[in-house]
Amino acid sequence: MSEIPSGLKYSQTHEWIELSHDGTASVGITDHAQELLGDIVFVEAPEVGTTIAIEEACGVVESVKAASDLYAIVSGEVTEINEDLADTPESINTGPFADGWIYRVKISDSSELDQLMNAEEYAEFIESEEH
Amino acid sequence: MPYIPHTEDDIQQMLSSIGANNIEELFDEIPAALKDTKLSEVPSRLSEMDVQRLMNQRAAQDGTPLCFAGAGAYEHHIPSAVWEITTRGEFYSAYTPYQAEASQGTLQLIYEYQTMIASLTGMDVSNASLYEAASGLAEAVLMAVRSNRKSKSKRILMPATVNPSYRRTTHTIVKNQGITLETLDYDKQGGFIDPTSLPAEPGDFAALVIPQPNFFGSLEEVDALTDWAHKHKALVIAVVNPMSLAILKAPGDWGTNGADIACGEGQPFGIPLASGGPYFGFMCCKKAQARQLPGRIVGRTVDLDGKEGFTLTLQAREQHIRRSKATSNICTNQGLLVTAATIYLSIMGFEGIRQTALASHQNMTSLAGMLEKTNGITKVFNRPFFHEILIQTTKPASKIIEKLAEQHIVAGVSLADDYPELENALLICVTETKTEQDISLFVTQLDNCLNTQ
Repeated sequence: MSEIPSGLKYSQTHEWIELSHDGTASVGITDHAQELLGDIVFVEAPEVGTTIAIEEACGVVESVKAASDLYAIVSGEVTEINEDLADTPESINTGPFADGWIYRVKISDSSELDQLMNAEEYAEFIESEEH
Repeated sequence: MPYIPHTEDDIQQMLSSIGANNIEELFDEIPAALKDTKLSEVPSRLSEMDVQRLMNQRAAQDGTPLCFAGAGAYEHHIPSAVWEITTRGEFYSAYTPYQAEASQGTLQLIYEYQTMIASLTGMDVSNASLYEAASGLAEAVLMAVRSNRKSKSKRILMPATVNPSYRRTTHTIVKNQGITLETLDYDKQGGFIDPTSLPAEPGDFAALVIPQPNFFGSLEEVDALTDWAHKHKALVIAVVNPMSLAILKAPGDWGTNGADIACGEGQPFGIPLASGGPYFGFMCCKKAQARQLPGRIVGRTVDLDGKEGFTLTLQAREQHIRRSKATSNICTNQGLLVTAATIYLSIMGFEGIRQTALASHQNMTSLAGMLEKTNGITKVFNRPFFHEILIQTTKPASKIIEKLAEQHIVAGVSLADDYPELENALLICVTETKTEQDISLFVTQLDNCLNTQ
């Protein structure tokens, strides 16, 4: 059973987002997503300073099996990326919700967060996807 | 793989099992008006004996002229062992194997090829080759636009000194992706891109292409050009003659940080001149761009028992995995020609190609010296050269080529079609294959053609 921390918000494309107090949020891919992808070998995060739009491809997560697009979970401006992933992309496998964060974003429209799932809803979602 | 045609019985069996009366029925969806049932331009069949005779006659018509033409394809000596080994059954396939890892020998050969090309160009990574230089340059341009994250521009600066056919092919391939190729004019004295003439504020552009040697045979100021492009946050694409790299600076060492992508025509390495092909293109890049490099890449690894093995690597860039977002739809290579080139380089060694390059340069130096003393001939440009120069004569180049062909000499290449201002200019090349006598004969015949009527 994959880990689904409560307190985060989730998208149908298996990204998570965690809000900070300063109006920015961290984004990564879920434990379920990394299990499906297998060993991650490369991450192409969006550039710092670029504006991303919800549901549009903004990066790539590449595993030994496949290269998958990373979709923007919210719209906003990218403020920071996880530079450590260049050398240790496997952090996404070992700690998808911790060291495996991919980028931080300054959310431009917080109402977009209401469309995302909470942990319980996401658990049901992946359950339904599997059947 | 043997070619086994279907017998009439095979065909009947297949038709009856799918419930069709004849083969034509399989195509009945195509409106009759669109069908062309006769190939009127194709002559009726000949027996093998007759075909051989015909082809031998036609080959004999070409003769074995002394060749002083280059312009992108170069005559070098090919040791007999090269094609003897290349055409062994184990190697004799033009194709990348589908079950790649089952063909460890082929993968090892490609790995050796990549290693040689990367070390010659001073780059970190090489792919397994592309079709030829022109489409290689197009791929390099696409790659530069994809991978230059500092510039969102789709503008490429393309010197007029890049081989015109490479420029045309590149334009054809990239134009529908909104990429513009902006021509940089050449210096009329030197036949090169004068770095001091480059604008201080060129605006945003994705990459600068730098040919070395350039199409006129002149050497470019690669260090200054590279640093200028990098200063303006653009990438540098080197288009190089690989043979020249035995004596010229490797693109990876150009300027302060080196070129970012290097490509070019692999033909000088063991591939015979043959009506324009098949040749092969090579392409390499720095590690920072490795994931944007199109085509196949072979890597060395170990298996579960720790034994060395070879494998296709970074395939996630390729279209069978990445679909429409693949770096390129190129996922093949010129396997057979790369095999020949790898064997050529193994036999020659670095010292061998250095001597070949040096001998070619010395021959051109001596030819250029003799031509300057010939009435009616001047060197068009005053820049250093490798083994090719442009000469100006008192007659149109096409006339000279025609005249010398009667003496079984291929005098060079006329540039009039691509550079109308160079109508009387003839692009000539000498490699290590020419003797002193050949060179003297060429000079005498040119002299006769220009100075006696």
